[in-house]
Formats: sequence, C-alpha cells, structure tokens
Amino acid sequence: MTISNPPSSRARVHLALAFVVAGVFSLALNTAAQAAEWKPTKPVEFVVPAGTGGGADQMARLIQGLVGKHKLMDQPMVVVNKSGGAGGEGFLYVKGAKGDPHKIIITLSNLFTTPLATGIPFNWTEITPVAMLALDEFVLWVNIESPYKTAKDYLAAIKAAPDNTFKMAGTGSKQEDQIITVALDKFTGKKFTYVPFKGGGTVAVQLVGKHVDSTVNNPIEQVAHWRAGKTRALCVFDEQRIPYKKKVTDAQSWNDIPTCKEAGVDVDYLMLRGIFMAPGATPEQVAFYVNLFKKLRELPEWKEFMETGAFNQSFMTGSDYMNWLKKAEATHKTLMQDAGFLHKK
Amino acid sequence: MEEISSLLYGFQVALSYQNLSLMLVGILLGVLIGVLPGLGGANGVAILLPLTFTMSPTSAIIMLSCIYWGALFGGAITSILFNIPGEPWSVATTFDGHPMAKQGRAGEALTAAFTSSFVGALIAVVVITFLAPLVAKFALQFGPAEFFAVQLLTFCSFVGLGKGHPAKTIAAMMLGFALAAVGLDTVTGQLRMTFGTVELLRGFDFLIAVIGLFGIGEILLTMEEGLAFKGVGAKINPRVVWQTWKQLPRFWITAIRGTLIGCWMGITPGGATPASFMSYGIAKRFSRQGEKFGTGQMEGVVAPETAAHAAGTSALLPMLTLGIPGSPTAAVLLGGLLIWGLQPGPLLFVEQKDFVWGLIASMYLANVVGLIVVLTTVPWWAAILRVPFSIIAPIIVVICAVGAYTVHNAMLDVVLMLVFGVIGYLFKKLDYPLAPMVLALVLGDMAESSFRQSMVLSQGSISIFWSNGLVGSICALAMLMLFWPLISASLGKLRRGRASDTPQERPVE
Repeated sequence: MTISNPPSSRARVHLALAFVVAGVFSLALNTAAQAAEWKPTKPVEFVVPAGTGGGADQMARLIQGLVGKHKLMDQPMVVVNKSGGAGGEGFLYVKGAKGDPHKIIITLSNLFTTPLATGIPFNWTEITPVAMLALDEFVLWVNIESPYKTAKDYLAAIKAAPDNTFKMAGTGSKQEDQIITVALDKFTGKKFTYVPFKGGGTVAVQLVGKHVDSTVNNPIEQVAHWRAGKTRALCVFDEQRIPYKKKVTDAQSWNDIPTCKEAGVDVDYLMLRGIFMAPGATPEQVAFYVNLFKKLRELPEWKEFMETGAFNQSFMTGSDYMNWLKKAEATHKTLMQDAGFLHKK
Repeated sequence: MEEISSLLYGFQVALSYQNLSLMLVGILLGVLIGVLPGLGGANGVAILLPLTFTMSPTSAIIMLSCIYWGALFGGAITSILFNIPGEPWSVATTFDGHPMAKQGRAGEALTAAFTSSFVGALIAVVVITFLAPLVAKFALQFGPAEFFAVQLLTFCSFVGLGKGHPAKTIAAMMLGFALAAVGLDTVTGQLRMTFGTVELLRGFDFLIAVIGLFGIGEILLTMEEGLAFKGVGAKINPRVVWQTWKQLPRFWITAIRGTLIGCWMGITPGGATPASFMSYGIAKRFSRQGEKFGTGQMEGVVAPETAAHAAGTSALLPMLTLGIPGSPTAAVLLGGLLIWGLQPGPLLFVEQKDFVWGLIASMYLANVVGLIVVLTTVPWWAAILRVPFSIIAPIIVVICAVGAYTVHNAMLDVVLMLVFGVIGYLFKKLDYPLAPMVLALVLGDMAESSFRQSMVLSQGSISIFWSNGLVGSICALAMLMLFWPLISASLGKLRRGRASDTPQERPVE
C-alpha cells in the first residue's frame, strides 16, 4: 500500500497550473472529437446473465472496478445480475431494451445453449455484438490418486468399460461442461454418467473428494487444487496449448498441459467471454465500447487476471467476431442436437 | 503452538488504525444492510467489491467481511421488532423474538440475539483458528448423498413441531415445495412451471416470500387489531443489557448445541439459514421449555442466532481452504479473492500468511467491535416501537418494497411480495403454519438437486444413502429426529410402566 504525501505549497501551485493547462487541452480535444464520438450520458448497466460469484460475475466486477479506477469512462458502470432461467432472463432483458446504448451484457456459453435447451424466444443475432474479450479454456482433470496419467490412458479405460462406469461432474445441465462430456461420449462411443452441480467451485471439490472420476473445469476453478497436488491435468480442449509458461505447480506450467488433440482426442471447446449491447445500437455507440475494452485490455491488472485464469486472450470485433459467433452457434447446435438436448416444441 | 504465534502475527496486521477504522465502517454498513430486508450481505458485498480494488487485499477483505458480520448481527433487529426477517437466517429468530417484543421485552430479545450471535461467532472463529486443516478434510467427505442427508436432517428436526393440525402443516409445506420448483431445473436444464412468461424464469425467491409472508402479513394483522404496536408501553432501560446477561448463562447447552450445528453447517457447507432452522427445531425438541417455544422464550432466540452466526463465520473456512463458498456472501468474497490476485485453496495458508491470519484476527476483533456497536444501539432500536404505528407502518412497507425490488431488480417481485403478504395474513387467520412453507421454499430446491444428483451417481439405487458410515449415520439421525415424538412417548410409557411395575402392552404405532 502506498501512501502519497500531500504536496507542498509550491508543488501545489505547479499542480494547479498543470490542471489548468491540461483542462484547456482536453477541452480543445473534446470539442474536436465530439462531432464523431458518442459517449454514455448516464450510468452504464452491465448485465451478468449468471449469479453473483461465478466466472462471468467476477469478470464483470473486475471490469467495473478497473473502469472506475482508471477513469476509462465518465459515467460509472453498474453490474446487475439477471440469472433467471440459466441466464435467459438477462438476454431477454437486453433484447427488450432496444435502442438503449446504456445497457451491455457479458456472455458465457449460455448465449447459445440456453435458448436451444429451453426454447426461450432469443437468438444472439437479436442483440448487437460488440467484442470478444477473451475465451475461457477447459481442461480435463482427474484426481491425483487416479491411475490415469494421460488423456489417452483415461479414454482407453473408458472405451474398455461398459457405459456409465465413469462419472463426470460439471456446472449446470445442457451447458458447456455437459456439451464437452457429450463430445467425449461421441469420441469414445461410451457414455459418461454426467452429474450437474450449481457452481464450478463445488464441481472442483467433488473431484478432490473423489465423489466423481473427472471434471472439465476451467483453469481458474481447479488451479488451487492443482497447485496443492490434489488433481492432475490431462489435456486442454483447445487447438493450441495455453501460452503461459510460468510454473504454476512445482513441476508444470499451463503450457505443459498437452492439447487433447496431441493426446489423440479430437475434441476442442472454448467458452466465449464476449460483450453485446442492446439491439438498435449505432456504429458510433459500438465503437465507443470497442475502444473502451481495447483500453481495458492494455491494463496490467487485466493482463494479470488473464494469466491467473489461463484465459485465451483472443480479441475480435466487427465481422471477425460475427463469423466466429456464427460458427460457434452451428457447433453448439450440432452437438446439442446429437445429444438430444434441443428444446422440444 | 504454531497457530497462536500466527494469530498474534495476524493481530499485528489487523490492528492498524486504517484496518480498525475500515472494520468499524464495515460493521456499520453491514448492520444497515442487515436491517434492510432484501438487501442481503451478498448483494451488499457485491456492490462494494469494486471499490476495494485500490486497497490492499487484507484491508479489503477485512472491510468486506465486516460488512458480512454486521449483516449477521443486523438481520435480527427487524425480525424481533417487526417480524420482518432482515436476512434469511433470521427467519427462525422471529418465532420467539417477535412475541418477546410484543410483550414489551424487545430490549431483552435484542440483547439475547446479539450476545448469542457473538458467542456463536467466537466459538466458530476458534474452530477456524485451530482446526482449519482438519475441518477442510472433513468437508471433502461431502458428496451429493451426504448433502441430501443433511437437508433431510434439517427437515426432520423441524417437522412435527407445529401445534397446528398435521394436515395444515403438510399443505403449507407442499405449497412451499411447489413454489420452490418454479424456474430452471438444474438437473435437466429444463424450465418448469414458467408458462412461457419471462418474469417467472427466475422462480420464486425465498427472500421475497419471507418479506411478504412475515413483514406485510404482520402489518395487515396489526392493522386489523387496531393500528398499534403491542409492547409500546415497554420501558426502555439502558440496563436491559446487564439484566439479560444475567439470564443468558442458563441457556448454555442450547448455545453450545446451536454453535456446533452452525459450525457443522457452515463447513459442509449447508449455510446459515438451514443451520438456524435446525438449531431452533432441535432446541424446541430437547428443551424443558420446548412446549412454550413460539410464545416469546429467550431460549428460542438464542438457538437460531448462535447457529446462524456460527455457520456464517465458519462458512469462510471452506472458502479459504477449498475455494467452495459456504454461503452466498462467501461466494462473492471468493470472487473478490480472485480479483485481488489471491488463489483460495490449501496453499493460501502457506503463501499468504498476512492475508489469512490478518483476516482471522480481524474476525475476533470485528465480532467484539460488532457486539459493542449493536449493544449500544439496543435502546435506540427498542425506541422505534414507540413511534406511532400510523407513521412507522408506511415506512416499513416502503422499505419492504425497496428490499423486494433489490433482490433481482424486478418490479414483479414487489407485486409478489404483496401477494405473499396477503397469503401470510390468510395463513394466520386460517391457522396454517408459515414456518414449514418457508422451510420448504428455502430447502426444497437444494434438497431436490442433491437427491437427484445422488440418484444420477448411484444409477437410481437408493442404497447410496447408507453406502458409507457418514451418510448412513446422518440419515439415521434424521430418522431418529423424525420419529422422536413417538420414541420419547414410548420410552416414557416404558419408564412409567417399569415404575408402577405393571406389565403394559407397548404401543405399536
């Protein structure tokens, strides 16, 4: 904690002068920029389609704090949780706020899965994509006392055993964790017993307590147990390894975890941490938020958070983001259709 | 002892002027949050979390956890004064606390509630200080089957307590279960009973129901009975604290039992709300004054308050050592840890000594500070009852409405609160018990998912509930609690039979 000394009287005069100069400058800049730029004129509501304490909520509150601390915006940001119906409540809320540029929403996979599984009247094309902030990785974890040292061993054991022998714990039902499980089922031809829990932290502890055989937790949910030598990381569901090379456990860094593809398991899955805004936003309004998040990504606190959580730092906007979303939606639809997860009308 | 030296080190960290003043600010804010129904500890901490990024993690957690302690203390205030639980875990406090206030003993009830909270918390902190590693291992034993067993035990220790008609109790409970089922089913991911409306997606929140059933219901009743608070004539005497303290040691067994239940439920993690219900139920069953519970017994305030505060405090332990939150507020604090760049888990105690021991030391200090703060305000709170009903009632309704709105930022919740108020009024008029409905609403959801998770794990075999010693003994205990009235009756008959030495047929029921 640093404690700044109050400036002496001479320094204060200098400071005051500096403020005046800076003020004149910024005034000039403002008037020049005002013609093109849009800025929020009231507090921005940051909707989290999930409960307090989860991954999306953490990220949103970090962003709220950083935006305030570094004055990235003149107006404050207010985080609002709308978690009803697996986040459906939050999406419908933003969809209903047509033309209101002061409402943004952070998404997780439920952007695709919730409407498909529950049949609520929502599709991501009905709100305005702003930017992909990051992608969340998924890792296949087993208990340290498990006999399986590699993903190959584990999958071979599953193939050799009857259906439902192995138990997979995950967050929620018909959401990302179960979708990966289904993809693994498809690969091995055998079925996991999938047990849904409410939060990632609980899932991680169920694995440590040996109540289940494996999980596909996000890095941030398991890292504490991994470092304590309670769990083993088998493979990461991404096309490339996680780039962070700093040692996390005594022996391994995130980069040391092989991809599942390397281990012969051709399954990959990444979860979107993206930003959307209400429908009917103008290009200037979208540009404002894109800029805001670009500035945010440069902050050291943000970079540190990304590394702690071993996030994939892909950033996309505009048509790249649109194409990514279209592809991701198609993937979800296929996987969920095959698993029989689609809402029956 | 290594723990004691670590703790002393922790006191050094916590005892800076800055941390002490943050502690005071936190407690005051917390009490305020606790008093306002709906604005729970979790919401309060979440709202203030981003403000703490500029502080050191230790100062930040000290302030935020103090908000939590303050909310734990403050929840009891409105429960006792107005029958409105400020927090979910103070619902059980209303059962005897509010009747006490009606008899003009609000000061006594408040003092008893605060002091028992303090005792519960203090013992829980001692447990955290010395047993952290052991306790963390115990928490790992809990899978879905064990959770269900604990929830079953909560139900069983509470069922059959009401004096009312059993059919009415069952009806109230079933209504609670039905309401708990609305919304998303976590096991299948399907929506249930939402009838295609967006507003029902979030289901019926326990808090909304409680604010309506108890708070608004009580106001409607009071209006009918003549627009005045009972107990107005009570003398407000600053010495009430000492007088109450003289009586409290009598309830030491209840206090210890409540604390143990609380610690257990906080660690496993069952949460403060079930803990307070379970403690109240068990106290009623085993106390000599059990029959009189619900009519304003001080013991009926001690039981839930010790358990709630012990559970709330020990809920931080699984959060620190395992990264699983023992309560909604702990979940938000957990998010805070990650944002401050700390990783909760077994290594936190090794790597972040400043943080962990600073926090633990602050728990000791904050509870002492909290107790002093709330006890000095007892006469003030009790004085609120002297404000004429026609002035205070509209204020309460407004505060309730604001509280109901804050839970989910939804207008429908305010309407629901009023509907629940009418239901609460009708229940009282028709002599239906409210407690079973509330219990079913808060536990129904949890019990259902743990039961179904266990069924998925065991492939549909019910034998999972006696598959190991732990789950088996909790289930057995639950059954014992459920059939206790029968068992104690037959034991009594048996004993009487022996005493009079006349062979009697044993009752088969």
